[in-house]
Amino acid sequence: MAAPRTLQFDTLSLHAGQRPDPVTGARATPIYFTTSFVFRDSDHAAALFNMERAGHVYSRISNPTNAVLEERVAALEGGVAAIATASGQAALHLGLATIAGAGSHIVSSSALYGGSHNLLSYTLPRFGIETTFVSARDLGAWKSAIRPNTKVLFAETLGNPGIDVLDIPGVAAIAHEHGIPLMVDATFTTPWLLKPFEHGADLLFHSATKFLGGHGVAIGGVLVDGGTFDWEASGKFPELTEPYAGFHGMNFSEESTVAPFALRARREGLRDFGACMSPATAFQILQGIETLPLRMQRHVENTRKVVEFLVKHPAIAGVSYPELPDHPDHALAKKLLPRGCGAVFTFELKGDRAAGRRFVEALRIFSHLANVGDAKSLVIHPASTTHFRMDSSALAAAGIAEGTMRLSIGLEDPDDLIEDLGRGLRAAQES
Amino acid sequence: MEIEVNGQKAYAYTGGKTFDPKLPAVLFIHGGEQDHSVWGLQSRYLAHHGCGVLAVDLPGHGRSGGAALARIAEMADWIVAVLDWAGVRTAALVGHSMGSLVAFECAARYPQRINRIALLAFAYPMRVSRELLQATKDDEPAAHAMINAWSHSAYAHYPSNPGPGFWVRGENLRLMQRQKPGVVHADFTACNDYGGGRERAARIKCPTLFLLAERDAMTPARGAQDIARSIPGAKTVTLKGCGHNLMAEKPDEVLDLLAEFLR
Repeated sequence: MAAPRTLQFDTLSLHAGQRPDPVTGARATPIYFTTSFVFRDSDHAAALFNMERAGHVYSRISNPTNAVLEERVAALEGGVAAIATASGQAALHLGLATIAGAGSHIVSSSALYGGSHNLLSYTLPRFGIETTFVSARDLGAWKSAIRPNTKVLFAETLGNPGIDVLDIPGVAAIAHEHGIPLMVDATFTTPWLLKPFEHGADLLFHSATKFLGGHGVAIGGVLVDGGTFDWEASGKFPELTEPYAGFHGMNFSEESTVAPFALRARREGLRDFGACMSPATAFQILQGIETLPLRMQRHVENTRKVVEFLVKHPAIAGVSYPELPDHPDHALAKKLLPRGCGAVFTFELKGDRAAGRRFVEALRIFSHLANVGDAKSLVIHPASTTHFRMDSSALAAAGIAEGTMRLSIGLEDPDDLIEDLGRGLRAAQES
Repeated sequence: MEIEVNGQKAYAYTGGKTFDPKLPAVLFIHGGEQDHSVWGLQSRYLAHHGCGVLAVDLPGHGRSGGAALARIAEMADWIVAVLDWAGVRTAALVGHSMGSLVAFECAARYPQRINRIALLAFAYPMRVSRELLQATKDDEPAAHAMINAWSHSAYAHYPSNPGPGFWVRGENLRLMQRQKPGVVHADFTACNDYGGGRERAARIKCPTLFLLAERDAMTPARGAQDIARSIPGAKTVTLKGCGHNLMAEKPDEVLDLLAEFLR
């Protein structure tokens, strides 16, 4: 008997979690626009509420359209379960709130999206959850920051703003030595470029708003349980290994050996925090995922051409992209990201803030906005937008210079993008 | 709950209820390289509907200590030792794949203790292909990949197991990866070596349900036919469009059939 073939990534992108609707024959995933689902009888109702049977009750907790998206992302990531959320930030919050509470501590990379940094720095402390920030590249700092009440290590697979490549095997090993999981924000890499669970991460999430959707029309997030972390063996997570009064005394790790985290995140987190995804959004993100492999390949090809152009340009002081030999994580990128380092990077424009403004305003194809991962190319000048209140020294502390630009390279013809950037650079050089 | 059998710590899931030996007892036996959690969408319901449920982790599996038992007969003896520990005189057994052989053997060896058996994905003989058996010994990841591929009929399940948003294949793979090294080879060798099925069938007098899967590539449904015919009154149900992992692929259908059979 020959060894069986299993479906490959491109096929899973189109088929995982969905087959033609058994009632109508619909080939595309139907949008189940319904808040609630009829019970067959009162015994069926009670069984659904008590997790004796599987099924849908109310669309805040689960919905058939969302379930297709969840299973598809879980399949592409090689995880066991996923939960669609209202946004990437909702996914991050759901992941943390499922295993951390008042008195808990988190160790996080300091190379983070601003919204995530705000959540950890300012908002979670109001609820008794503290975070210590460390340099993602300093494995010793990760280790020494861990306390007895640390519940999770957290970082982005490609960190803001310098596109730091996370040493997932190294940080995961430290986490596991201390009986805690590693959670990563995999938004910039997508499973096409990197599968964090294969390298030791235990939990991950995406801002599905970005590359998973790709079209820039829907805000959403997906939290994925890798099923790898042994919560019982850790002994640090009574939320998952002891009876929970909030759900009929359920012990989630007895119910599911491999995915108690996903069970509690849905049964408690979606129920109580309620940051669920609309099924219309799930449908839109599924449309994006169908072409994820094709788009990511093109994103990376275009990015390489743009980077090659910028590196040689006299108006540029430096480009931070891990495929370049002078990037501090170049060797790690070659190991973890053989398909490429994504489509988001920063570069340093020579000149002051005014030069940055002239550059941005001269662009015609690149859209000046606060997003990444769109099919269309995007640009933002942090010193005049997201970080405009900071003086030069504060910017430097955040790893941002007055001329730092962040680009998200889209799917346009790369020569058109290069021409557009050339126009902007000429404008920047005009005094 | 934690139990102690033959001086060894072991584990049995009780369906979210405290086990009551006075209730009609139903003991679930998982298949090779798995644990009690494969029965979540059948065992929990029955525990909340009048049954005393014990979904065991066989020795060496899941939370149970010790080494995996080498022979189906030893596993059958162990099951009866669990009943003794729990203070249960007679019980219904529900087994899947390797677990179905254990339930079958148990009913033949201890007819006075077993009042009915439901055999899911049963086949006799339960021969394991040479490639797979070799992989269980030399290359467990390859064995897991084969088992996972042959255990499922589809890439989508409604509404998935144990609930919406779960990727059944990923869950099954991780569950196998959680078992200790060597367990998969012990289990599959025990299945492959199991003999004397026809003689055992002649001794089975209790109500018997064969619950088979039309698209089962691990233990094809036709593999149960001879034994099913030889047990008077045995009932056979084949679930259409279903693969070997039928508790996950058709959870409601399996539960409804079990609930009716055990009533």
